[in-house]
Amino acid sequence: MAEKKDKTEAAKTGEMAEKKIEGEVEATEEKVSEKKEAEEKLVEGTKEAEVEVEGEKAEIVPESEEKAEEKDEEKPEEKKEEVMEQETHIYKQVKSIVFSVLSSKLIKDMATAKIVTPELYDKEGYPVDGGLMDIRLGVIDPGLRCKTCGSKLKECIGHFGYIELARPIIHVKFVNVILTLLKSTCRDCARILIPKNKIIKFEEILEAAEKEKGLEGRREKIKDGISALKTINKCPHCKARQKKIVLDKPTTFIEDDKRLSPIEIRTRLEKIPDDDILLFGLATPYVRPEWMVLTLLPIPPVTMRPSITLESGERSEDDLTHKLGDIVRINQRLFENINAGAPEIIVEDLWDLLQYHITTYFDNAIAQLPPARHRSGQPLKTLTERIKSKEGRIRHNLAGKRTNFCARTVISPDPMLDLNEVGVPDVIAMKLTVPERVNAWNMDYLKKFVEKGPQVYPGANYIVRPDGKKKKITDETKEASLEEIQPGYTVERHLMDGDVAIFNRQPSLHRMSMMCHRIRVLPGKTLRLNPGVCHPYNADFDGDEMNLHIPQTEEARAEAEILMEVQTQLISLRYGLSIIGCVQDAISGNYLLTKNMVLTRNDAIDLLASVGVEDFSRLPRKEQISGKEVFSVLIPEDFNFTGKTRENDEVAIKNGELVEGYMDRGNLGEGSGLLLRNIHKKYGKNFTIDLLGKIFRLGIEVLLKTGFTCAVSDTDLPENASLKVREILNNADKEVGKLISQYKDNKLEPFPGKTLEESIELKILEILNNARNETGEIVAKYADKNSHTMIMAQSGARGNLLNLAQMAACVGQQAMRGKRIEKGFEGRTLSAFKKNDLSTSARGFISEKFKTGLTPTEFFFGAMTGRDSLMDTALRTPKSGYLYRRLANALQDLKVEYDGSVRDASNKIIQFEYGEDGIDVSKSEKGFINVKRIIKSVG
Amino acid sequence: MDKLMKEYAGRLPKMVLESIEDYIGKKGGMSQIKLKKILDNTVEEYKNAKIHPGESVGIISAESIGEPGTQMTLNTFHFAGVAEMNVTLGLPRIIEILDGRKKLQTPAMEIYLKAPYSKGKGIKEFALSLKETKLSDVALEFSISLVESEIEIKLDKEKMKSLGLTNFQVINNVKKQLKGFNIKDNKDSILLKSRSKEESLNEIYKAKEKIKDIHVRGVKGIDQILPVKRGEEYIIVTSGSNLADVLQLDGIDTYRTTTNNIFQIQEVLGIEASRQSIIDEVFKVIENQGFNVDIRHIMLVADTMSVSGTVKGITRYGVVSEKASALARASFETPIKHIINAALVGEVDQLNSVVENVMLNQAVPIGTGVPDLIMKHGNSEDNKK
Repeated sequence: MAEKKDKTEAAKTGEMAEKKIEGEVEATEEKVSEKKEAEEKLVEGTKEAEVEVEGEKAEIVPESEEKAEEKDEEKPEEKKEEVMEQETHIYKQVKSIVFSVLSSKLIKDMATAKIVTPELYDKEGYPVDGGLMDIRLGVIDPGLRCKTCGSKLKECIGHFGYIELARPIIHVKFVNVILTLLKSTCRDCARILIPKNKIIKFEEILEAAEKEKGLEGRREKIKDGISALKTINKCPHCKARQKKIVLDKPTTFIEDDKRLSPIEIRTRLEKIPDDDILLFGLATPYVRPEWMVLTLLPIPPVTMRPSITLESGERSEDDLTHKLGDIVRINQRLFENINAGAPEIIVEDLWDLLQYHITTYFDNAIAQLPPARHRSGQPLKTLTERIKSKEGRIRHNLAGKRTNFCARTVISPDPMLDLNEVGVPDVIAMKLTVPERVNAWNMDYLKKFVEKGPQVYPGANYIVRPDGKKKKITDETKEASLEEIQPGYTVERHLMDGDVAIFNRQPSLHRMSMMCHRIRVLPGKTLRLNPGVCHPYNADFDGDEMNLHIPQTEEARAEAEILMEVQTQLISLRYGLSIIGCVQDAISGNYLLTKNMVLTRNDAIDLLASVGVEDFSRLPRKEQISGKEVFSVLIPEDFNFTGKTRENDEVAIKNGELVEGYMDRGNLGEGSGLLLRNIHKKYGKNFTIDLLGKIFRLGIEVLLKTGFTCAVSDTDLPENASLKVREILNNADKEVGKLISQYKDNKLEPFPGKTLEESIELKILEILNNARNETGEIVAKYADKNSHTMIMAQSGARGNLLNLAQMAACVGQQAMRGKRIEKGFEGRTLSAFKKNDLSTSARGFISEKFKTGLTPTEFFFGAMTGRDSLMDTALRTPKSGYLYRRLANALQDLKVEYDGSVRDASNKIIQFEYGEDGIDVSKSEKGFINVKRIIKSVG
Repeated sequence: MDKLMKEYAGRLPKMVLESIEDYIGKKGGMSQIKLKKILDNTVEEYKNAKIHPGESVGIISAESIGEPGTQMTLNTFHFAGVAEMNVTLGLPRIIEILDGRKKLQTPAMEIYLKAPYSKGKGIKEFALSLKETKLSDVALEFSISLVESEIEIKLDKEKMKSLGLTNFQVINNVKKQLKGFNIKDNKDSILLKSRSKEESLNEIYKAKEKIKDIHVRGVKGIDQILPVKRGEEYIIVTSGSNLADVLQLDGIDTYRTTTNNIFQIQEVLGIEASRQSIIDEVFKVIENQGFNVDIRHIMLVADTMSVSGTVKGITRYGVVSEKASALARASFETPIKHIINAALVGEVDQLNSVVENVMLNQAVPIGTGVPDLIMKHGNSEDNKK
């Protein structure tokens, strides 16, 4: 793979060198033979890269590459001692890329073969000389050698060919430019239709137009300018009368009802002087107008249109080859007809056909043309389709990269892991490897891995010789490999505890979606992670899968450890607070512990020991120990903090003692409270992550010891409370009834600026909302405070009072788009109601509770809103995804310079100081510098 | 004490200094030595909190806004607000702002008022006078008499009364905005007769449609008005927006009156104001949805949208089209168009942005990719070789 990389790089660099643009070719020390090879690659590369330069075909990576890679991986497992290809590194850097249009001369110069026959293979299945699969264009069959460069499959990147077109053909992609050129230049002397004395002034206007609307705007402006100057009819230079030219899409030009042949167009374009071309925003050395009318057509190398051999031995050709076959065939026919002196009509017909084929070869989705199809009726994928869109070359193959050394499976939680660890199944640990270089000091250590081989766990799969040859370790080769190993070799050993890996869950919406974890090899078949890190990944365990990547070089490992490890990502760069905190059971556990739990000393020690604390000296020496005291053992002794709980109670930590308040989500949870943030500030990331892990486990251990469960009886209300709820709902219903009768009698006063209907809806909504809130309050008042459901809600671990109220008292109004439900039948929501019934139950108010169950109509209303929110999610995801993509694309190259300013890629200043004060959000406390804390610390 | 503060003015951001001053003010003074120590400590913290050179702040901002975007609602309603205007909220509003759309789904203004009105006196009448009234709003019927080629407009007297309009005012407005007709006042109706003699029927019908839209009163574009009490004072919220005209009215607090239309702000108050407006509007939505996004991220987006001097949306026609690199543009949308245009002008891609280097498998010039190693290339012995 590395090799292929080199090739593309070489290709680019080659182009640079030949085009004499500041291309820096820095070849590191290579052997002479290698150098020669590299140079040959450069030559080939030129042609490759220039296709890209041409502007309509951006084929850089030959398609065969993907296939080739797959084979690459399989082979070593089939053959026992396969020596892999050499890894040769050529370090070069592309400095710049020039885009330009191919001239006929260039097409000819870069071609290695002239294609003259549409036939592909002879009877023996060998590529025909001068055919489209000519082996001078590169090889795609194993065993053959390229006639041009002499290299084998995968080494040869392919070479261009060309065909000579019998008659010139218009290039579809340039039609609009050609039209502007023809319209704005004299049909006789080919000068631009602007008087000499006005050109300079005109130029300014054009520059302005270009700045505002780009190149198309500029060309548009030329047209406008000329018609404004009234020179459209008469050339200001030679006084020739001008005719009107229109474009009959896609490629036919008509001048005063007479068709302009491409030959004529080409001669006219040829005559336009260089100086005038500049006015059109075309740059002369890179493009001449006549190049937009093709006389030669470059044939892309076979490597970018490989054929597939089916199981039956039949060959299936690429879409491009099919299309090119058509072109060559028609072109040959046209030649023959012209030479035979066939009547003009026949020649013209063939000419048009050739134009059609070449047009669809460039773009098969032109509105006016029927797309060229396979025999099966499916449209061919030609050049434009190859580049375009998400699955196209640019976004799929160039901007999107793939890797080896990665794994993916289902994830499951394991709170006993540290937050920065990841549990890796042993099966995976034996497939993925870490390369370790052999030296005198670790030779014996590494030999042990080789000795164990690929089947026994801490073993090794490959050894790599200093010259880059890779050897697989098997039972047979084990001995030989052991003998062979010496300093300079590399051993690819199995994953072991403590190795670094990058862990990722899609969608990777922020940088915390890819963090570096330490590997922990575990039995089982799933990847394990501490539930505390679920939040940054936005993961849960309902079947989520995650990816694991193993960095393969020292540099990558270092960057992963320093920049990406979990503890470096503790503080969110979005809002400057801890993004990792306790969740669910960990919160309710700590809540119970610190609220008012009392333990015996033995239990307390037990609890702390299970969390990983070994020093109990900070536990008070008494028999009965409060939960707060147990929790305080974890807090460092010199830590001071004051804050608020979710219920606005004081929380105070003095000298490492939790003296007041209790822990809940407001302080332990992610994205809330400064407790974790302050600990991070004072004691650093490594301490924080360790502490967080301990607090997390403490919470869970507490629940393990005390037991924690939900019951239906948690939602039970005392008799009188239920009655009160009923009463509230009945009252609300009555009130609404009153409103409705008022409305029907036209006695209702509308809100200013609202209609009567809107007003009554708003009023009803308000009444029902109040009613529901009142029932909620009753639930909050009468429900058993010590029930586990309540504890969860109070601590913020899961659920809220509203959820409880819905279970215990009343579900409430079902709203769609901020209104009561009104859709369905004419004048009513369901056929169970009367028409124009505005009463609560007929418009989606659910007065039942979940515990007793819903009536059929209520259930249906619930389903309606449920479906509505499902739709909302389904529609939102692509929308926000697109917004995100646009934002990322627009902002991706903004960076902070050494002078503190924010600039983009072209060094344009966006901000003089980042965020107006240069503060890094992830180093701030909720976006600020905590002045209060600083003043307090001074005293 | 002030002297000491001034000394640090250049070394600490204004906001930090102010909050220190605030805090000390509350405590009621402080000794010089202590204050100096506080300031020194703050400077130290500030230095530590500074952003590193090379940090890819653009991507960070994009992530910070894009990530909560996936969790925002699509719904645009304003729930349980009895006396509020319906405004676009959530993701659609964010998209609207960042797209740089000129036509908003729900344009709205908040008009702050000067003394008599701001206390609630005569606010209803004043508000009503803002609302745009068209002729069709005060007319009962438009009828065409074919024989006379006349248009008769029957007026809704009651409505006119409630709006405080007289026939004279209506006729005056019609006169101003419609040329080529003679106008006659018939108390309950207005008669329009074409001055040109040979008026075709077709044109009269056309004129009738035109007449309907004649602006009789109020500010153009203000569809609905609602006087609201905000804290101690009364303000007017409107649906529909026309900043330029509203600011010209008497009795309006021009300093605080705003609109949610960023382009109107740009036209009236300039690019800096519209930049601030983008920040405010985006921040408002994100806050309203209960998300926590630091203002610096929004600032950066607003700044990229307004660097060029006019507000540009984050689209292929706006910010992205300004990029220097053809490959970067091509990797976003419409690649063919960009590559062809690049070829036509012989564009040179200098490869100094991110995507191009990703495409070429080279280090990206951001973060750890920024530093280069500069060294003397070889000694004399190497050169001989």
